[in-house]
Amino acid sequence: MPKIKLSENTVQTIKSVCAEFDNKESELINVLHKVQGKLGYLPAEVQEVIAKGLNTSVARVYGVVTFYSYFTMIPRGEFPISICMGTACYVRGAEQVLGEFKRQLKVEVGESTPDGKFSLNCLRCVGACGLAPVVTIGEKVFGRVAPTQVKEIIAEYRQGCASENAKSA
Amino acid sequence: MVCNADEGDPGAFMDRSILEGDPHSVIEAMAICGYCICSDTGLVYIRAEYPLAIERLKIAINQAEEYGLLGDDILGTGFSFKIELRYGAGAFVCGEETALIHSMEGLRGEPTVKPPFPSVSGYMGKPTNVNNVETFANIPVIINKGAGWFNKIGTEKSKGTKVFALAGKINNVGLIEVPMGTTLREVIYDIGGGIKDGKEFKSVQTGGPSGGCLTKKFLDTPIDYENLGAAGSMMGSGGMIVMDEDDCMVSIAKFYLEFTLEESCGKCSPCRIGNKRLHEILDKITQGNGDLEDIERLKVLSNVIKDTSLCGLGQSSPNPVLSTIANFENEYLAHVLEGKCPAGQCKSLVHYVINEELCNGCTLCFRNCPVGAITGERRVAHFIDQSLCIKCGVCFEKCKFNAITVN
Ligand SMILES: Cc1cc2nc3c(=O)[nH]c(=O)nc-3n(C[C@H](O)[C@H](O)[C@H](O)COP(=O)(O)O)c2cc1C
Ligand code: SF4
Ligand code: FES
Repeated sequence: MPKIKLSENTVQTIKSVCAEFDNKESELINVLHKVQGKLGYLPAEVQEVIAKGLNTSVARVYGVVTFYSYFTMIPRGEFPISICMGTACYVRGAEQVLGEFKRQLKVEVGESTPDGKFSLNCLRCVGACGLAPVVTIGEKVFGRVAPTQVKEIIAEYRQGCASENAKSA
Repeated sequence: MVCNADEGDPGAFMDRSILEGDPHSVIEAMAICGYCICSDTGLVYIRAEYPLAIERLKIAINQAEEYGLLGDDILGTGFSFKIELRYGAGAFVCGEETALIHSMEGLRGEPTVKPPFPSVSGYMGKPTNVNNVETFANIPVIINKGAGWFNKIGTEKSKGTKVFALAGKINNVGLIEVPMGTTLREVIYDIGGGIKDGKEFKSVQTGGPSGGCLTKKFLDTPIDYENLGAAGSMMGSGGMIVMDEDDCMVSIAKFYLEFTLEESCGKCSPCRIGNKRLHEILDKITQGNGDLEDIERLKVLSNVIKDTSLCGLGQSSPNPVLSTIANFENEYLAHVLEGKCPAGQCKSLVHYVINEELCNGCTLCFRNCPVGAITGERRVAHFIDQSLCIKCGVCFEKCKFNAITVN
């Protein structure tokens, strides 16, 4: 097993989350939710600590992390961008919006920009289909996004202030 | 007992709105259900993508506990009931009941063979009842008003009302609740206000990735479980995505398969490998490289997958393919025989060209083209460099003189 290079602090955080759920193996998904909430992502080392904490195998933890699309092993950007690729958004042109984000940020889906500011992902339906096509950046929901708006949205985040005219769902 | 609030069907948001708007109806029904089957714990399996619904549900549970409507010895009846939340983590297949139960146990959400059914052996090996949010929300009203009242609504076999999530190319998007037996025409034109931008209605997709696409000829069919099934689609959760003349049905089938591929748990080979093959064939067709045999192959393979997959996901995943072939065979034929996409959606098959006679050189397209593929001067007809064009269609949308055509 490779040596764990996480800070003592991080290890403690993970251990306390495990303890919160009585170190029970059946609580694995809840533990993962909580740890990802705190650390932002679940790299291999974190999974090892969790496996130890819940007294189970790393393979079991890895199997669950990779099964669910909500869990990620790579760090997300400061502003995680998600394009909804649900059916309602798809028929209203989500593909073009995604294409424009890819071109503007020069990243592929699942990657982050080198400066760590933006990461790009797809998700399936946030339940705001009436506003299709939908893009979420962090907690913020943008509705009826047109490809031509993409540049503007990114620029606003680059400058550090979130768009005020965003419609929340 | 378990309340299924996973709502994985993209384009549907009924459960979300019930949980956000009236969580108490679900809580009340769960307690009633617990009372009927002598269960003292209810679990709600809810998507982590719905933070607001989670928050409101938590508030409602606390309120119910404060009023003594949940907890120990409810209203002095000796019956105790508590509700806990379990979170999903973004996997469509976890809506399937056996997968959902495994997910709640902290495992990978892979379905298992039924029997044993959850009602015999479910969560932690105990008998478990799984029902959907909307099902629960109906219960308190039915108990208050009586079964006779409920049975009066709807058709002979499908009783009551159904909530649909209208979305896509339609003027009024949103949730609607209609009696069973309402026709598609009433839903789309009377309630939905018709197709966006005055375009022509082409198809409506019901039942999500497991359902099918219905055409004009079904517009006057009353919507109920039996009729939708007979038309090669299904009710499913109640998502309704409306499509217009600009949507390519081959691409739609491909889109759904992409979804299936991503969401298949991979446990059984017909679903894991078969759907991949279906997707490859569809991709070939949208690239303009398909032939007639491919359509035949799609049909045969679809039926094999339907017959041999383990769970409902695989058993229904070829439905969008089969229903689009059945209802829009012409479109498939246009792709394979003429190398044309009638809706102008398949990128490899379209070219945007400027008609020099109609173009008056307004420079609007030139200024909007994101890759600078358009050249030209003011008042001189513009020109699109096909090697640079990424076929985004912006110029086509922007042109006010219909000077840009899609070939
Ligand atoms: C692949 C698949 C996905 C499903 N997704 C959902 C879902 O998201 N929400 C849901 O309530 N039921 C879903 N179901 C149906 C459940 O298995 C189950 O039938 C349902 O929760 C029973 O509730 P009801 O009888 O109240 O409708 C799904 C089934 C399959 C096969
Ligand atoms: S049909 Fe698909 S989703 Fe269902 S068990 Fe088989 S592989 Fe998994
Ligand atoms: S399909 Fe995009 S929000 Fe529902």
